[in-house]
Amino acid sequence: MKYKKLVIDNPQDLMFGIAPNPVKTRRGLEIGGGQVYSELNFTLPTMKINNDTIKEVQRHYREIAEGALERALELNSKGVVLEFETLLEMTKTPSIGVDLVKIMNEVCEKYYANHGLKSEIRLTPNDLREFERPALQRTSSLLEPMFELFEKGAQAGGDLLSIESTGGKEVSDNALMMCDIKAVFFALTVLGVRDMQFIWKRIVEVAEKNGKIAGGDSACGFANTAMVLAEKKFIPRVFASIVRIVSVVRSIVAHEQGAVGPEKDCGYEGPFIKAITGVPISMEGKTAACAHLSPIGNIAFAVTDLWSNESVQNIKLLAGMAPTVYMEQLEYDVRLANTALREGTASAALLQRLMVQSDIYTDPQALVLAPENVIRISKQLIKGDSYVANAKNGALEALNIIEEALASGQMKLSDMETAYLPVLRDDIESIPDNESAFVEMMMPMLDQSSFLAKEYGL
Amino acid sequence: MSESLKKLKEVVEAGKVNKDAAFPPQLKGQEGASEWAAKCLEEGINPQSILSDALIPAMEVVGKNFSENKIFVPQMLLSAKAMGAAMHHLKPFFTSGDIKSKGTFIMATVKGDLHDIGKNLVTMMVEGSGWTVIDLGVDVPSEKILKTLDENPGAVIGLSALLTTTMTSMGDTVGDIREVNKDVQIIIGGAPITQEFADKIGANYYAKGPNEAVEYLKDFVS
Repeated sequence: MKYKKLVIDNPQDLMFGIAPNPVKTRRGLEIGGGQVYSELNFTLPTMKINNDTIKEVQRHYREIAEGALERALELNSKGVVLEFETLLEMTKTPSIGVDLVKIMNEVCEKYYANHGLKSEIRLTPNDLREFERPALQRTSSLLEPMFELFEKGAQAGGDLLSIESTGGKEVSDNALMMCDIKAVFFALTVLGVRDMQFIWKRIVEVAEKNGKIAGGDSACGFANTAMVLAEKKFIPRVFASIVRIVSVVRSIVAHEQGAVGPEKDCGYEGPFIKAITGVPISMEGKTAACAHLSPIGNIAFAVTDLWSNESVQNIKLLAGMAPTVYMEQLEYDVRLANTALREGTASAALLQRLMVQSDIYTDPQALVLAPENVIRISKQLIKGDSYVANAKNGALEALNIIEEALASGQMKLSDMETAYLPVLRDDIESIPDNESAFVEMMMPMLDQSSFLAKEYGL
Repeated sequence: MSESLKKLKEVVEAGKVNKDAAFPPQLKGQEGASEWAAKCLEEGINPQSILSDALIPAMEVVGKNFSENKIFVPQMLLSAKAMGAAMHHLKPFFTSGDIKSKGTFIMATVKGDLHDIGKNLVTMMVEGSGWTVIDLGVDVPSEKILKTLDENPGAVIGLSALLTTTMTSMGDTVGDIREVNKDVQIIIGGAPITQEFADKIGANYYAKGPNEAVEYLKDFVS
């Protein structure tokens, strides 16, 4: 474990638009260098991707990039990141994905050359390995097309490399449904960590070889799944908030392997990673309402460096195509934040305080994201001698914070929610700090047909 | 209703699988669904009555509580497990014909889609309502569904898709099924799905959640 000290240890220094280790890009964005940029995410409307539709697919992506950058230009944008999160067919057949990167990069280059508008493409291939069950995390032939897309996509103009890797998801899915926090720990701090070490070593190598930027990895399939399940009232929100904290230990491994940020937008573990490592992050909140309900719409902005809409289909709205419309919404959000930053520390702090205070006590998932709580929890997330211990310490601190907010009367939760707090504490405290001891404890309790231990080096 | 049958219904509702189960804490050390089901049989209670008067009504209560946001999924899953523990004792009576299943339900997440949480919830609730469920898993091609339908004539099909991008695959799957079987009942569900979409692709019904699927199936008991 690389990080033993917080890079940001004062909540006041945890601010949107400012990261101690900013990332400079090819066309001149300085992410975390004093201003927030928009990160637009988009996808196709409901349609097939095959040889018959490929021209239409390409037309959509060109239209998305053109529409978004034209709108950004009209709004005097200081810079934009376009996240290209590939769909299954685009990764399985890497040439499809690579051609789409080329198309969007041409558009980015045109707006940069003609108007000086800075933009970059974040290339996020989907993790194909989960299509095999149980997944062959290290030996799957599906790693080949994934890395071909990373390599050739980077060469075609994908400057920021990211992924939402899925190591440990085989165990996590059931663990979330059963609210089995010990199995969640196993999925994230044993399987997830081990897979992150494996996959990010390779991604960083690709980035370094091609002069590109290794961004980061979101625990989307874990902590965001928990958030969505909690929003559907399938599982308690207190449980989802603890899953988020545990996911930090897994996602930070990308940075231990050499990723420099920006973190992925759907990784709400970003604020903790920013405090611990100083890398810039991306977040999504109220302007991602096109993709999912969020209990953290404002507070998500509080310490972010890129501001994202998660994903929107390229469909027609009254004002234009949906990605263009979302570009405008993101730009107004970041314009406000950047005005506060320009006015100085007091204005930025005021805006941040309003964002935080408007959400903080409405949901435990928001509570843990308040800057002072991020620092409190982050201190615990690095003090142990193992990933398991770090997650345990962080999760227990988050439980302390939730219980304090309940005791003070600032946060109110239903009995159905609070009933889980002592159960969670007991379960977390029963986890041994040592990974081997934890593995030995968990293996008999897990459905071992659902994952291949040897594919994780176990 | 006999005392044992009442107790069986109660423990299934509470999610008490057996005497050793730690959940729910207030029933620690007490007998669970497995023990009460065995007791019912020992008392000579008709197996069909155990299913129809205790287990299925218990799961109906659980399903209702869930749809009214009175319990979370883990409680529902524990009730399903409790029902499973009781069903273990009833299994021989299905084989002998003393208990009749309400029908067969074939469930799958469509090709190209790996999401199984919603599918699993539907599977569990439909099973709890007395149907025999064949869960084909995720990323399931049409051919596999058709083969299973061939082996289980009269079955109802349930299809799940979570992504807008896999909705087209759902349309293809329904199309493939309709080519060989125009009459089979097809229920579809998933975050981006609507009744309009169901109508468009030729499915019979869009179930918003597991309970809606269970309700709809009541009309098709074989």
